[in-house]
Amino acid sequence: MIETSLIDGISIQLSQMLLVLALSPLLTGLVRKIKARLLRRQGPPLLQPYRDLIRLVRKEAIVAESASWLFRIVPYIVFAATWVAAALVPTFATGLLFSWSADLIVIIALLGSARFFLALAGMDVGTSFGGIGSSREAMIATLAEPALIMIVFTLALVAGSTQLSTIAGIMLSPGVGLRVSLGMALIALVIVAIAENARIPVDNPATHLELTMVHEAMVLEYSGRHLALIELAASLKLLLYFSLIACVFVPWGLAPAGAPLHVHLIGVAVYVAKLGVAGFLLAAFETMIAKMRVFRVPDFLGAAFMLGFLGTLLLFVSRSL
Amino acid sequence: MKNWSALDVTLWCILALLITAVVAIAIGRARWARWPVYGASLTISGTVCAYSLVHLIAQPAVAWATVLPLGLPWIGANFRIDALAAFFLIVINLGAAAASLYGLGYGRHESAPERVLPFFPVFLAGMNMVLLAADAFTFLLSWEFMSLASWALVMTHHQEEDNRKAGYVYIVMASFGTLALLLAFGLMAGPEGGYAFATMRAHGTSPGLAGLVLALALLGTGSKAGLVPLHVWLPLAHPAAPSHVSALMSGVMTKVAIYGFIRITFDLLGPVAWWWAVPVLFAGAVTATLGVLSALMQNDIKRVLAYSTIENIGLIFVALGLALAFQGNGMKAAAALAMTAALFHVLNHSLFKSLLFFGAGAVLTATGERQMERLGGLLNRMPMTGLLFLVGSVAISALPPLNGFASEWLMLQAILLSPELPQWALKLLVPAVGAMLALAAALAAACFVRAFGISFLGRPRSDAATGAHEVDRLSIVAMAILAVLCLLAGIVPAVIIDAVAPVVQALTGTRMPVQTDVAWLSIVPIAESRSSYNGLLVFIFIAASASLAAFAIHRLASDKLRRAPAWDCGFPDQNPATQYTADSFAQPLRRVFGGFAFRAQEDLHMPLPGDGSPARLTVRLHDLVWEWIYEPVVRLVNVLAERLNHLQFLTIRRYLSLVFGLLVLLLLILAIRP
Repeated sequence: MIETSLIDGISIQLSQMLLVLALSPLLTGLVRKIKARLLRRQGPPLLQPYRDLIRLVRKEAIVAESASWLFRIVPYIVFAATWVAAALVPTFATGLLFSWSADLIVIIALLGSARFFLALAGMDVGTSFGGIGSSREAMIATLAEPALIMIVFTLALVAGSTQLSTIAGIMLSPGVGLRVSLGMALIALVIVAIAENARIPVDNPATHLELTMVHEAMVLEYSGRHLALIELAASLKLLLYFSLIACVFVPWGLAPAGAPLHVHLIGVAVYVAKLGVAGFLLAAFETMIAKMRVFRVPDFLGAAFMLGFLGTLLLFVSRSL
Repeated sequence: MKNWSALDVTLWCILALLITAVVAIAIGRARWARWPVYGASLTISGTVCAYSLVHLIAQPAVAWATVLPLGLPWIGANFRIDALAAFFLIVINLGAAAASLYGLGYGRHESAPERVLPFFPVFLAGMNMVLLAADAFTFLLSWEFMSLASWALVMTHHQEEDNRKAGYVYIVMASFGTLALLLAFGLMAGPEGGYAFATMRAHGTSPGLAGLVLALALLGTGSKAGLVPLHVWLPLAHPAAPSHVSALMSGVMTKVAIYGFIRITFDLLGPVAWWWAVPVLFAGAVTATLGVLSALMQNDIKRVLAYSTIENIGLIFVALGLALAFQGNGMKAAAALAMTAALFHVLNHSLFKSLLFFGAGAVLTATGERQMERLGGLLNRMPMTGLLFLVGSVAISALPPLNGFASEWLMLQAILLSPELPQWALKLLVPAVGAMLALAAALAAACFVRAFGISFLGRPRSDAATGAHEVDRLSIVAMAILAVLCLLAGIVPAVIIDAVAPVVQALTGTRMPVQTDVAWLSIVPIAESRSSYNGLLVFIFIAASASLAAFAIHRLASDKLRRAPAWDCGFPDQNPATQYTADSFAQPLRRVFGGFAFRAQEDLHMPLPGDGSPARLTVRLHDLVWEWIYEPVVRLVNVLAERLNHLQFLTIRRYLSLVFGLLVLLLLILAIRP
């Protein structure tokens, strides 16, 4: 009995790792395509991100003369940390073998590690663009991370746990109902997700105008396989945030631990559908809104922080009522 | 042969340290003097560390005590070792051993070794004595011993004006702290003068007095640890000392202050009341946030580290405050969790802060620079120092899988248990404290991206940085040992949690569940369905997927690499001055937080068109604590001194009448209250 559940766990964990890796460029392609269509452009094909990645890994990598060894290993660290984090967020099933090795706080901190090293890589070559990107990324991160921790507090207080699979289970149960705190947490999480993934209105993933770049400025010196890994990590991160929002706020369709195979297949289908809806919403939102000035971003993220904080405070206060 | 207890060993070791100091006075000027002195302190610290470790693991419930015929005649000098003292002995002597090892190499560059070598062992002896002291007199004497020895070390390079000022501010604040502790112990001893800790523990303190003692203990230990607003001396004094002493002061001496606070509040002061938590939590949260914000604004790398120490002290006090809140409400398991987090962070901070100060010392040796604006590109020139400094930076930024994250994760878990607290004051305070904790952690990461990125990455900004070379092997070994310990403590936190369990048991009456029995060395604070973390697995996963990606890409796609000039959007500029600097890196954060925390003002002077003069950006930051608290006090003292100065120039008749008046007054008081 234990062996079958172990094998189940391993196979779910492995298929999830491969699924997120395989789906993430598609998601990026989908968002680009929908954005282009909303602007009445033809847009690149859906599979273009895969072609880009393959082309990039085949090219020789060009590294600046002033770069150190850190510059060359950062892409691997960033990719690995993001992939591990993405592999631990339940996407189509909650019975992940290693879900107990990292709770939601650890997942957030893993993304923090990835960003720490990427910001260092931006400063490594010693150009002004790399510095501007790292410095602004640091500003955004110092506001987004506490907001995210506040959201985690809200979720953890509702669910009595920081384990994502437990949180998803509690959210599925009928006892939760609609709560003000959860609504606040959802809005805050969406804001943070937009900022963390360098989307409009905080950053523009398609820009190469010097003064508007944040993420792109940091990775400006990368090329070839290094750039491919960083692009893939960025796609994975977007997928991770979509999975996180889906797993916590729309957990329907998640296959519970020990469910038969067809439930898992339904779970995968539902998950892909969720990603499609989320990608459409993101593209529509980005099309409708203009990018804001860098120094308006603190207000935007400050709102997320306050919402998360209020949600937590409400739960602290309501515990005794 | 007699079976020696850790107490006997440590006392003999303290004597040996004092003898080393005397020898160091005699040989201090010799070029080879650092070998016997640091060699002796390395051996002695290692011995104490080993014996304390054995004590903590083998017989944690046993407390050895002894009385030496020194000190106050009616109680003597009491010394005692219990689980708490043993834990702190390990932390302190581990740091001391690393600093001695580092000093063996680093000391070669010391211009005035005769000012360092005698005081170094005295400083170590003082810290060890504080931990063993078991009566108020011995404690305060050792405390002053420690303060004065470190003051002497701060004044090593007293020729520099800044260092003299640092020493002056330090000695004033240290005296203030000792005064507060003296009063605290006086209140606890009561009118009968029960100065032995055993007596204080036995008869306890009344609740009203306990509040006063808590305030005094917070002032006394907080001024040594660097709690806001008593922190002003710390960023001046810690960087002024030689780097291995900076590491000792920041990484280790602040922990002695934490020990003092724990000893007084959890052990001597009797049953904990919940409201003690309020000032501790508040002070801790403010200290953490303000400390790291100040660190972000500094350009001197050692000063960045000193301010970051203030931040970490704030985190430890937050965890202690949570432990007080839970303990006061009888929530034993939660109190044990918070206390474990605090002690774990004490150990972690001593490891990575010593490592980082050693790294800063190595940079100072290699370049002669402490200003980050004149560094850069050191990772290519000092690869080992750079790698080890990077490990320390990741650890202090609370990123998995290193040790800083493990202890901060425990703190966040403790906060998540606090909605069960019944008091409204705590219900409103704790979420705010949690928010500030999260903010401080995120800012710390930004701070160390800046510190490492500006100093070690990019292109060199000065000739000194261009010509830098790797430092000697002994310094590197000292740093490497600490870095490995940071990694080990991060990936197997379960071992450390279980090792501090007896200390937590003694302080809170219970302990966290046994962690080393959990499969795969995970840590599970309460229950696995609630939260768990496995640093080892996370580390293995990251290493495995990074290697897998590297292998797959190099094997299946391309492994070609070409070096070329930087791209820089098509406009590369050879001048290293075009890089981002420490100030420009901090500019966005200064605009977000600086207006509130430092009243930051930026004045941009743009020349008129046609005018060839350069544009100037002037940034002014205010140290509000200094301006609002210390300057008024200084002014008041000056005014009073001015007034009292008149008393020096009176005639003999006036003096005699003053004496007569005072005599009458005293007699009157006696007559009214016999």
